[in-house]
Amino acid sequence: MELTRDEEAALKGEYGETFALVYRILVATGEATNSEKLIPIEWAHLSGVNYNTIGDAGEEFLSTLSKDARVKVKTTLNPMGYDIDSVSRYDLDENFISKQESIRKSYERMGVTSSFSCIPYDIFDLPGKGTQVSFAESNAAIYANSVGGLKTNKESAFSALASAITGKSPYSSLRKDNTPNITIQMKVENPNEMMYGMLGYFAGKVGETSVAISGVKEVDHRSCKSLCGGMGTSGTCGKFVFGEGEKDSEKIDFDKKEAQTVFDELNTTEKGDIVTLGSPQLGLDELHDLSLMLKGKSFTKRCMIFCPRSVQEQARKIGYTNEIERAGCDILSDCCTCLTPLINKNSVDGVTTNSIKGAYYLKNSTGVDVNLKSLSDIVKEETR
Amino acid sequence: MSKVIVKGKTQGKILKSNNPINFLGAVDKKSGVIKDNTYDIYNKSIKGTIFVFPHGIGSSVGAYTIYSLKSNNSAPLAMICTKADLTVASGCALANIPLIIVDQKEFDSLENDSEITIDTDEY
Repeated sequence: MELTRDEEAALKGEYGETFALVYRILVATGEATNSEKLIPIEWAHLSGVNYNTIGDAGEEFLSTLSKDARVKVKTTLNPMGYDIDSVSRYDLDENFISKQESIRKSYERMGVTSSFSCIPYDIFDLPGKGTQVSFAESNAAIYANSVGGLKTNKESAFSALASAITGKSPYSSLRKDNTPNITIQMKVENPNEMMYGMLGYFAGKVGETSVAISGVKEVDHRSCKSLCGGMGTSGTCGKFVFGEGEKDSEKIDFDKKEAQTVFDELNTTEKGDIVTLGSPQLGLDELHDLSLMLKGKSFTKRCMIFCPRSVQEQARKIGYTNEIERAGCDILSDCCTCLTPLINKNSVDGVTTNSIKGAYYLKNSTGVDVNLKSLSDIVKEETR
Repeated sequence: MSKVIVKGKTQGKILKSNNPINFLGAVDKKSGVIKDNTYDIYNKSIKGTIFVFPHGIGSSVGAYTIYSLKSNNSAPLAMICTKADLTVASGCALANIPLIIVDQKEFDSLENDSEITIDTDEY
């Protein structure tokens, strides 16, 4: 990769250790993706906020980095471990809270917007078509490329952080024009949002950089988010396009058999002790839908709903939250299903969810059993 | 054909997986043990090995897992992949873990438990 004289100087440490470090990351990711140069980006979205995911090493790294590192472009943030407002209602240990607070402050010091959301595309205005951004949250990167008209690679926590501090990213892969070389032929009829999540999970496993998906008509926003979440979990694929794809692209069917394989990999129990909705977090329209679906019904077990703080505030103003809370749901912001300590194997054995992304991390990281169920089945079977 | 992404020099035994690795979901950041039971190296530790696998997948936070492994003295000595994804490349860059990309033929020739010396200056 060619660097400008200034970038070369930064890499050599002439602007201090922080710049040397972030340029080292950009050079490694640039070399890894065969990039020829760095280009400006307008928005970075960072992952690596939840203490459960980055641990002591991550907390110390950010604390040191934030002494002099400042972000150069608009930078937003993934969910952290808990809801700042309701943390006292949960029995979290002091160490977790103090480490999480330290991480929160480090990002604040660097000038990052404390959005604590994995759905930046639902809560911020998107810049113009073709704008280069740097999104580390996998579902958000896929959404940005596939639906939002933006350009980003499926960044890592560190590559997006390096982009935030320098305002640059390697020009490679999905940042250029990219044509999918694989077409997934969707054969399952009348798919619900969970089926789209499984389709995404399957597509992420077979696709490398981008895939075409044929056989799909209109996809609502909920299903689209589910597709992005599933795809981001299972592979390296960072973009999908709906359509037949190129003539010479490899064709792969996604039918009931393939769906069953994904289901069997992630579903480990027939019953959950609690229900979680929101991985990716729910947007305002989804809370609206939920308030209508839950009219006159009550959950028979605990139901945790995850949404960004700004969405919760709007939903409260409009009144969507009344019906949802009356039905017995806990509405939580700043965090999400994935790796929150609010769900742990000491207190629950199994979790019912419609999220494929959530299911993967509940099973493998949280270490609890997962009961996969579509949203309509959850409302039908888990309420009265 | 191979390409050096992160430079370094080391020597050790190969631990090879044919599964792409989700570092956040599948690797214990304290011990380096693989905890996803669908992996071919389930319950094995990547600590102190020359870790050979196709490429990283899944969460972008996996880069922190790689950095944590290094801080907890549970990191592999080096990594060898067939494809460099951004999570593994950036994690190795920050943690100073040598990372080399090799073609499929060379990947296939690398055998579990065999002793190997890595010196990226020779590539």
